Amino acid sequence: MTKQEALYKYLLQLGDNALIQSHRLSEWCSKGPILEEDLALTNIALDYIGRAQNLLQYAGEVKGNGQSADHLAYRRPEHQYYNNLIAEMPKGDFAFTIAKQLLISTYELLLYTELCNSKDETLAGIAGKAIKEVRYHWTHARDWCYRLGKGTVLSNDLLKQAVNDLWMYTGEQFEMGAEEILMANEGIGCDNKALQNKWLEMVQTVLTDSNIKTPADTYSQTGGRKGIHTENMGHILSEMQYLQRAYPDAIW
Amino acid sequence: MVKESYQREEILALLSEIKDPEIPVVTIEEMGMLRDVILSDKGCEILLTPTYTACSAMEIIEQDILSTLKEARIENAKVTMVFAPAWTTDWMSETTKEKLIQFGIAAPVHSSCSNWLSPKNVEVKCPKCESTDTKLISQFGSTACKALYSCNHCQEPFDYFKCH
Repeated sequence: MTKQEALYKYLLQLGDNALIQSHRLSEWCSKGPILEEDLALTNIALDYIGRAQNLLQYAGEVKGNGQSADHLAYRRPEHQYYNNLIAEMPKGDFAFTIAKQLLISTYELLLYTELCNSKDETLAGIAGKAIKEVRYHWTHARDWCYRLGKGTVLSNDLLKQAVNDLWMYTGEQFEMGAEEILMANEGIGCDNKALQNKWLEMVQTVLTDSNIKTPADTYSQTGGRKGIHTENMGHILSEMQYLQRAYPDAIW
Repeated sequence: MVKESYQREEILALLSEIKDPEIPVVTIEEMGMLRDVILSDKGCEILLTPTYTACSAMEIIEQDILSTLKEARIENAKVTMVFAPAWTTDWMSETTKEKLIQFGIAAPVHSSCSNWLSPKNVEVKCPKCESTDTKLISQFGSTACKALYSCNHCQEPFDYFKCH
C-alpha cells in the first residue's frame, strides 16, 4: 500500500463516519421530541455533512481521478464504505440517539484533537474546524445524558438500555487497520488505540454522573472499516443514493 | 468608467462591501470570512474561510463575490476555501459586535480559546433590555453559528452568536 492509497482510504473512513452519522441525525428532522431538539439534532447533522463534504472532496483530490465529493458519497457500492458500524445503527428513540452521540463524540473529541497536529496540512485544517464543532456536539450529548439519567425511572432505563445495546460497537473505533498504522507512522493519522483509555475514562465519568453503570467489556462487533456492514447499511444507502442512482448528475 | 487593472487593496475594498446574507448588518470582511486576494497572471484568487464547515451562506457569498467582481470587469476570478487558520469569533471587532447587538443578536462574550469545557462567568446580555439575567435554551439555534437564549427580565427570546 502506497502512502497515497493509505491516505485515500483513511479520508474515506473519516468522511464516511461523518456522512452516515449525518444521515442518521437528519432522520430526526421534524420528528424531534421538542422543537429545540429538532433544531439541535439537525444542526449537528449539518456540521457532519459539512465535514463529510470536505473530507470526501479531499479524498477525491488525493486519488486524483476527478471524483467529486458527491460522487464518492452517492455512487459507491456498500462494501466500499468504511464507516464504523456504530454510525449506521438506527436512530432509535431519543435516548438511543443521545447515547450514540456521546459514545461517538467522545471518540471524535480525542481523534480530532490529535488530527489538528497532522502533518498533512489539509487534514489538519479540516480537523481544526471540526474540533470546535465536536465540542458543542459532545457537551450537548453530555448534558442530555445527565437529564435522562437523572430524570425519571423510564428515562434512566432507556438511556441504560441504549448504552448497553451500543457498547459492543464502540470497540471498533479504536481498531487500527493497515492504512491507519501507515498514516499514524507518517504523522498524518492518529493512533486510535492510544485514545481508548482516555475515551473510557471520559465516557465513564459522564455515565456515572448520569446514574448509569458503565457496561463491562464485551464481545466487540467490527467490520465496517473493512467494508463489511450490518443490515442497516443497505437500507441507508437505498434511501441516500436513490436520487443520484435514478437521475445521475442531477443538480438543483 | 471601468478601470484597466486593479490593485489587491482595491479588490479587497470592493469585496469588503459584501454583506453576510444571514446577518445583513455586517460584511464578510467584518465577520473575518474574507481572508485575502491573490493576484497573478492566471487572474484573481479570493481566499474565503467558512464560519462553520457546513455554513449554508457560503455558496451565496461565493456568488456575491463573483458577481461583484464581474460588475467591476475583473476577469478570471475564482474563490478558494481555506480552513487554516480556523475561523474564530475572536476575529470580530468591538464595532462588529456592537452591530450584532443593534441587530438583536447577543455578541460572543468570551474567547473561543478559553476553557470550553467549563466556561466561567459567561454572562450573556439581552440585546433588547440589556439585562444579564438570561438563560440558555439551546446551544443550537436558527443557524449553525447561533445559540438560543431567553431573557428572564423582559421575557423575550433572542439569538446569541456563540463562541467559536
